[in-house]
Amino acid sequence: MSVGESVKRVDAYEKVTGRAKYTDDLCPRTALVAKVLHSTIASGYVKSIEIEEALKVKGVVKIVTCFDVPSHTFPTAGHPWSTDSSHQDVADRRLLNTHIRYYGDDIAAVVAEDEVAASRALRLIKVEYEAFTPLLTPNEAMHATSAPPIHENYPDNILCHSDFEIGHYEEAIKDPDLIWFEGEYDTQMVQHCHIEPAVSFAYEDNHRMIVVSSTQIPHIMRRVIAQALGVPFGQVRVIKPYIGGGFGNKQDVLYEPLNAFLSKQVGGKCVKLELSREEVFTCTRTRHSVQIKLKTGVRADGRIVTRKIEALANQGAYASHGHAIVSNAITGFRHIYQQEKAVKADAYTVFTNLPCGGAMRGYGIPQVTFACESHMQDIAEALHLDPIAFRMQNAMQLGYKDPFLGITCYSSGLKECVEKGMEYIHWHEKYPAYQDQTGPIRKGVGMGIFSYKTGVYPISLETASARLVLNQDGSAQLQMGATEIGQGADTVFSQMAAETIGFTLDQIHIVSTQDTDISPFDTGAYASRQTYVSGMAVKKTAALFKERLLSYAAYLLKVPESTLDIQNNEIINSVTKDCLITLPALALEAFYNLDYASHITAESSVQCKNNTISFGVCFAEIEVDLALGRIKILDIINVHDSGVLINPQLAKAQVHGSMSMGLGYALSEQLLFDAKGKPLNPNLLDYKLPTSMDTPDLAVDFVETVDPSGPYGNKSLGEPPAIPVAPAIRNALLQATGIAFNSLPITPHKIIEKFKENGLI
Amino acid sequence: MYDIENIYEAVDIQDAIKALVENPSAIPLAGGTDILIKIREGKLAGKSFISLHHINSLKGITRDEQGNIMIRPLTTFSHITYHPLIKTYLPMLGEAVDQVGGPQIRNMGTIGGNICNGVTSADSASTLFTYNALLEITGPTGIRNIPITAFYKGPGRVHLQQGELLTGICITKENYEGFHGHYIKYAMREAMDIATLGCAVNCKLNASLDQLEDVRLAFGVAGPTPMRCNKAEAAVIGQTISPSLFKTFSEVALTEVNPRTSWRASRDFRLQLVKELSKRALKQAILLGGGHLDD
Repeated sequence: MSVGESVKRVDAYEKVTGRAKYTDDLCPRTALVAKVLHSTIASGYVKSIEIEEALKVKGVVKIVTCFDVPSHTFPTAGHPWSTDSSHQDVADRRLLNTHIRYYGDDIAAVVAEDEVAASRALRLIKVEYEAFTPLLTPNEAMHATSAPPIHENYPDNILCHSDFEIGHYEEAIKDPDLIWFEGEYDTQMVQHCHIEPAVSFAYEDNHRMIVVSSTQIPHIMRRVIAQALGVPFGQVRVIKPYIGGGFGNKQDVLYEPLNAFLSKQVGGKCVKLELSREEVFTCTRTRHSVQIKLKTGVRADGRIVTRKIEALANQGAYASHGHAIVSNAITGFRHIYQQEKAVKADAYTVFTNLPCGGAMRGYGIPQVTFACESHMQDIAEALHLDPIAFRMQNAMQLGYKDPFLGITCYSSGLKECVEKGMEYIHWHEKYPAYQDQTGPIRKGVGMGIFSYKTGVYPISLETASARLVLNQDGSAQLQMGATEIGQGADTVFSQMAAETIGFTLDQIHIVSTQDTDISPFDTGAYASRQTYVSGMAVKKTAALFKERLLSYAAYLLKVPESTLDIQNNEIINSVTKDCLITLPALALEAFYNLDYASHITAESSVQCKNNTISFGVCFAEIEVDLALGRIKILDIINVHDSGVLINPQLAKAQVHGSMSMGLGYALSEQLLFDAKGKPLNPNLLDYKLPTSMDTPDLAVDFVETVDPSGPYGNKSLGEPPAIPVAPAIRNALLQATGIAFNSLPITPHKIIEKFKENGLI
Repeated sequence: MYDIENIYEAVDIQDAIKALVENPSAIPLAGGTDILIKIREGKLAGKSFISLHHINSLKGITRDEQGNIMIRPLTTFSHITYHPLIKTYLPMLGEAVDQVGGPQIRNMGTIGGNICNGVTSADSASTLFTYNALLEITGPTGIRNIPITAFYKGPGRVHLQQGELLTGICITKENYEGFHGHYIKYAMREAMDIATLGCAVNCKLNASLDQLEDVRLAFGVAGPTPMRCNKAEAAVIGQTISPSLFKTFSEVALTEVNPRTSWRASRDFRLQLVKELSKRALKQAILLGGGHLDD
């Protein structure tokens, strides 16, 4: 048995000792270095660029400007390609841009012998601009008269609008018994802040382009680089070594196409392009800022009859994942609570002259859950309902089937999660005890629930594959197209393979690196999909591999295959459990038998046409120092139903990291810009990512349901824990002070301002 | 990779001063924790530096027969915090500099660099203001002393002439004996941050521990440079400890400070902190001195 055990990470020693090789560790020391020149206006055109002085800098090899790159555009989102052109990602990117759409847009690149030469050259390039008034909010952009459209094909700057209605909303609102609640909630732009910046190096080998990159999506990246360069997919090879975090930012193709282009410009020599932290903040992707309006009609007994959401997402300068994020947000809104009569949604994604929104852990659900769970708390308090009972009365039930997508709730531990959380935080004592406090220091408890899908079916393709190759000693290599990005994927895939074959874990050697020339196909690490979708590929491949081992054993032992099984690296009699031959002995025969040698491998792919729903809750107890506007987290717990846990310790680690992200989202993180769209705090000093000193002890618990659709009863976990933290803290602050904060992050500035407004200080 | 044109490793103080006189554009380099960042940002890229790193006479803490304490400017924050003389006589300073950045910064960053940078947010500066620290400046023509309260000219600018180096920070016995102090750093994070407001209070109680014989109040980020609040001090010196004393203290302090609004924090927000932290720091300082609060 291996699934369900907290085995040590398979990459633990390499990572702890510092021997694990990341992209920059692998880059040849002789590589040339590329640096990008970024615009210093947020909207406009490059009229001219002077590079003569820059070219004189010793060590400069080549300077490419926005006037030197191909005119065709390409998409960057880490989505599977769609063969239906109407479902393809928006192709709005060029390698370098004459049309500037945000402060920091890429307008030229220098290739030099070292970083110092490249940086010196950048400072000597002179750019002449024609500047427009930047459009920084969706409202400004949608009604802009002061500036031309950000993209010519979108005259009103609306990238996309979508809506849905279940039941008849206009009819439902006529119900005279309804009590109405409305709320507006704003979420901020934040950044992933993975430790390893975006980095790649590119070179030509035998007329093919090789790109080594820190990415979550090597196979998708190959396709995008090929599209960007205008070459066949097979002309590009992407290699993904260990990576230092991605959180969705590296579920996008960032600077790899430009890096490949620059290598071609210098005759295929190896060129490295590593972003600074400041560039990562401004020039990669962010979590969308979304403004959400909710309207809910409730009966006095707490039954929700009808609900409406209007969401306005700030896309920033380029489409990237585009409308998919806010579209997922309104889908999430539809899922978590079930109304009696009607639900209606309207969502817009609008281009602005700000950094580009993309995928980030939770994909729209943290935003909508902050709105939804804040709103639910406000309704419960206004109606004097128990806030938890009110939620459970309206929450999604087991067996729920989404009317549009068919996504089904095959397992639900939501109720048990809530019960565990209540018990841990002592809700029954503390919630009443903290009502109606006075004094300068006050306490509160709050909570929030969520539901989350597992993978992206049926929105887009879900496919994965795996390969197992037997060694002469009876161990096996496991090759995946799915990627280890720090979350522990390599470990859980190894556990799955060991479990299904009947091996001990040490007999599975996972190949951590993905190389698109060698690794089987998988779309990569995103949407909390890999243990579910890629796990199916491991299971199928491992079963096939086992069948081949047994078949060879049957030949060798001259017994029917049906009487054999594998346990602890031994071929056993399936009834008596007696060892008939060990795997090392069997493998030696398989390789070297003079009569019948067979090199045993297995490879298979799956197409997952299913999806399921995971759940969870966060409970937080806080103390607020009114006069200093400071919130202290006294206690906090996330409880998750992610189905069967493949590795409980790794699962817990996922929750810890994700809760930390939720805390920053709730209390301190936000990318800020001045009136001209220039980023004010694109660095880790001024962008207030919480440090370990700011992080309380994080309690974690699970309710393990067995999901019948998951390969091992498992469902999504990677993203969900980041979702419920912000509303739990917001609701605890509401209880402590009676003040509702509907805009994230809840910083000391906002707290002091609102407390003053309300006479608390 | 850092863009450094040239670096000269000075062997002693006179050598460093000579190098500074000979290379007027060269920049003295102590711990480097601010300068390396500025090189990386491009602000100091391609410059020449004169490293003070190996000048041992610029490091260390001593106490003379009169009881005056001399801190040499290249002493790192970590060394200050854990030095027995600091723990015994100037604990507030040790605690204040233990709040700079993170452990790595505190192992590299020096108190002299912190002062000579001229920034208002320096955690050591406001504290040293309440100890009436004297700065020893050595230049081509010899040594001069200047109170730290007169050292700051404006944001990022201090009274150092070409070729001059800060070579000592002296705290005389009468400025620490009998005093108890408390520094509060208010920042948006518990570590790796600069102060939104820094507040240092140093006080001396009378023999019966119910009156303030002396009080010093200093702030960082309440104005363009670190500053003392002499009026607030005067308003409570000689007064009996009572709730109204704290109110007076903070209200007068509010009339003296002049914080600005920036995107990092508004003036109003900083004023709220001035009001609240001055009270809290004074209370804590009184408690450390063995006094009691009657509330």
